[in-house]
Amino acid sequence: MKEDIIAPENLVYEKPSLMNDTPMHYCPGCSHGVVHKLVAEVIEEMGMQDKAVGVSPVGCSVFAYRYIDIDWSEAAHGRAPAVATGIKRCWPDRLVFTYQGDGDLACIGTAETIHALNRGENITIIFINNAIYGMTGGQMAPTTLLGQKTVTCPYGRTPELHGYPLKMTEIAATLQGTCYVTRQSVDTVAAIRSAKKAIRKAFEASMQGKGSSLVEITSTCNSGWKLSPVKANEWLREKMFEFYPKGDLKNTIDE
Amino acid sequence: MGKIKGSIVVNTDRCKGCSLCVVACPKDVIALSDKHVNVNGYPYAVAVRPDDCIGCASCGIVCPDGCISVYKKRMED
Repeated sequence: MKEDIIAPENLVYEKPSLMNDTPMHYCPGCSHGVVHKLVAEVIEEMGMQDKAVGVSPVGCSVFAYRYIDIDWSEAAHGRAPAVATGIKRCWPDRLVFTYQGDGDLACIGTAETIHALNRGENITIIFINNAIYGMTGGQMAPTTLLGQKTVTCPYGRTPELHGYPLKMTEIAATLQGTCYVTRQSVDTVAAIRSAKKAIRKAFEASMQGKGSSLVEITSTCNSGWKLSPVKANEWLREKMFEFYPKGDLKNTIDE
Repeated sequence: MGKIKGSIVVNTDRCKGCSLCVVACPKDVIALSDKHVNVNGYPYAVAVRPDDCIGCASCGIVCPDGCISVYKKRMED
């Protein structure tokens, strides 16, 4: 009976065809994989396979170009929005987006991020915020929560010593150049569906020339947080959403 | 009215055994293999109660590595 069900006409879900079979280097349960899938699915559904250009950052997602079969450019650390600006200005008919983590976007690339968003470049920035430096081994990031333990703040982040966590998405929402600023997550099926809608909306706005969009995805880093993937999702819901509430912070697309 | 039946196919060598699909499944269909590992040494997702599958695709959607294909069919009885 199982053989009856497994037939091409009954297929309801599979890996997006834009995502290739290269094994991903991410840790088991990493949110990056889910977001990669969403990006591939949205580009496929928009029919932009031949016109999409991604800019990959430095960080865990430095190899993003290996997994999705579209055009990519690799940027120097934090400079992805500047590279994307150049690509979009030379090639206005392309769907240009950057894919950046919190170390890349909120630390070394703060200036590029804020200025590209403020100029209203018609690009989308996908911002993976997992509150830690994952690739380098779990050091404190600008987005690390107060009290959160990392290898460089083993007793927990304190404002006296380490300052306060940076809310880049809230800052982006105050800039005039942005048209869509939202915070999503990929911890549950419903959240993943909502994140996909947000990415699609941002991509469409960038193609319609409405300004720049920032889609923050609060993500897990189970290796850096020293939790299992399932426990990391629980921790995300318990701790991260309190400080980084989900939802649209700015939306001038529909006005 | 026919009953909706589902089935999953796991790309076991791509699976990293993160068990996010195990938690996401509303019908407790999936578990990690307890005796076998794949080429990379990870225990992989297996449909241990395949008859309960309703083809909701929750497992496929949450899978970070895109290992799971989901099929759904309305069975005529």
